[in-house]
Amino acid sequence: VSVLAYLVAVWLFVIGIYGVVTSRHLVHLVTCLAVAQASTYVLLLGIGYRSHAQAPIFGDIPTSTPVVDPVVQSLTLTDVVVGATVTALLLSLAVQAHKRFGSVDPDDLNALRG
Amino acid sequence: MTLASLAVVWPLLAAVALAGTTSLRARRAADVVAIASAAAVAGLCLALALRTADQPVVAWLGGWRPRGGVALGIDFFAEPLSAGLAAFAAGLTVAALVVAWHQVDTAGHIFHALVLAFLAGMVGFCLAGDLFTAFVFFELMSVSAYALAGFRVAQRSPIEGSLNFAVTNSIGSMMLLIGIALLYGRTGALNLAQIGQALAGRPADTLVAVAFALIACGFFVKAAIIPFHFWMADAYAVAPTAICLLFAGAMSELGLYGIARVYWEAFAGALEPNAEAVRGVLIALGLATALVGGVMCAAQRHLKRLVAFATVAHMGILLCGVALLSADALAGVAVFVVGDGLVKASLFVSVGALEHRRSSVDEVALYGRGRDLRALGVVFAIAGLGLAALPPFGPFLGRAMIEDAATHEGLWWVSPVLVVASALVGGAVLRVVRTVFLGRGPVPPRHPACFEADVEEQPQRGRSPAPTIVTGTVLLALGLAWGLVPGVLDAATRAAARFTDHGAYAATVLRRAAAAVPAPPGVPPTTAAWLYGFASAGLAVALAFLRTVPEGPLATLHSGRIGDYVAWTAVGAAAVAAVFALTLA
Repeated sequence: VSVLAYLVAVWLFVIGIYGVVTSRHLVHLVTCLAVAQASTYVLLLGIGYRSHAQAPIFGDIPTSTPVVDPVVQSLTLTDVVVGATVTALLLSLAVQAHKRFGSVDPDDLNALRG
Repeated sequence: MTLASLAVVWPLLAAVALAGTTSLRARRAADVVAIASAAAVAGLCLALALRTADQPVVAWLGGWRPRGGVALGIDFFAEPLSAGLAAFAAGLTVAALVVAWHQVDTAGHIFHALVLAFLAGMVGFCLAGDLFTAFVFFELMSVSAYALAGFRVAQRSPIEGSLNFAVTNSIGSMMLLIGIALLYGRTGALNLAQIGQALAGRPADTLVAVAFALIACGFFVKAAIIPFHFWMADAYAVAPTAICLLFAGAMSELGLYGIARVYWEAFAGALEPNAEAVRGVLIALGLATALVGGVMCAAQRHLKRLVAFATVAHMGILLCGVALLSADALAGVAVFVVGDGLVKASLFVSVGALEHRRSSVDEVALYGRGRDLRALGVVFAIAGLGLAALPPFGPFLGRAMIEDAATHEGLWWVSPVLVVASALVGGAVLRVVRTVFLGRGPVPPRHPACFEADVEEQPQRGRSPAPTIVTGTVLLALGLAWGLVPGVLDAATRAAARFTDHGAYAATVLRRAAAAVPAPPGVPPTTAAWLYGFASAGLAVALAFLRTVPEGPLATLHSGRIGDYVAWTAVGAAAVAAVFALTLA
């Protein structure tokens, strides 16, 4: 696979972290975290990619056909599930934060200091 | 089904059953089921640890054994250290559930289900012999932990603490996964033994160095190593007491276990020529963590944050032990994890009992108000001395083994730093005994930004429930007695020798060869280590008479802002990756 996929993965991770660091809104923050998480999907799929290869489903193709790596695909699927769980949990916390603090700006959450 | 699989599946099934019946609101039945399940897991893991004393057990899920030395399936690998750590985590879970019996409003059975899912994650992570399986269990543990930390959503600070915890740790998990993906790209394997075999024999290049750095940083976040530690005090300050006990006693330690496991089984073959560089970086991080944790601990007035920073300091000591990259030091780490984990857990239980009786965890507000709680004061005082590594108790034995291993490697300057860190931690706890339980001496300054009076759990006052007090006392007694158990030294040294022998590990996993590992006898602590132990205990008593240790600019760094924490995590990871890429490749 071309180096482009890896560059995209690095870019997604860096831009996601930048978004989390500078975020002024909890929902925006959670979305940025999901963007950073997406870098791992691109990286995993990029690692297992082969040019001119088919999807690794051997139902109707000969077993000698070149296919892309199925292991990273299942890893990506698992990773998506993990990411969805974390996002759901964080969004529910954001809702609670809005209820208790009356704000979704991380800077207004000030119950903990020092 | 093998013992190892059963120890993971049982708590998961129990968690599902409890979550599915939550509308019944049979609180006591849920308590009983959860405690019985955790105790069963503890028993299974303990049996596994004892049975594998001579020969590790490898359980291939679904019977997918390796063919021709290539691992096709997924394995659980049980040997005394991994199964023992799982048993320890399960034992602490029993204690946590007993403490929760009277304290936590459990929202039906949700609390119990989360605790059991957390336990399943910890046990699975300890036993997994496959990097991605380990990652999945690590995430199961993490996500349950986020939910448990923010369990009291009706209050403000748990929401903020849980958010900080979840965001920083998710980024740690991403770094871990990226490292695993890079390793898979290089070796085409996820099994630790297979990776170790593929990497061994040729010098590491930049990709391997960066992969190791990312995996290490991912675990550093969980283990609260500087500068990845900021979330910890926030999460501990807001979690229910029962959960703090689990976090401090088991979860953080699992991060370091991950580093040790991955280094020895996967990277040791490739990084051994550059072991000096790995050691240098890890020891520097460990010492910095121990000192910063100690200073921050001594500067706290919020008791839960105080114990949280005590955990940070002791994670630094443990990292120093892992960093020495020797079997003797690792044996010390294993002993320290149990002794120190039990004492810290008992301290958290005591803080919870104090909070229950006096509705506060602020040292200034509590000044002199614990005079009539004599038993609790005694527990605090003994725990403080234990944390300061007073010989011959559990934490002392572990620290002494680490110190002796460091001196043996020619790093004599490690021990004095560890003494100062332990003394700062023990001194802070003893200062609380002086102010809260004796009401003598100078009052600590009021904190500029006072915490909300977030009072835990049930409003009713009166006597602390007996199970809580009994649990705290039993944990403390076990932690102290741990240093006196005959045979601990030998068993730990033997287990560590097996853990660090990556050749034998690969042979056992991939070729089913019964590899004999030399079993060196344990070396009792030297006179120097005894003196260091007495020195840190004495220094702790002296520090207890100070108002507080000034924290200086360190406090402003612990700002409670997610953005700051994540920025530190990113900077720290970039620095570690750069150093490893330059020195290891």
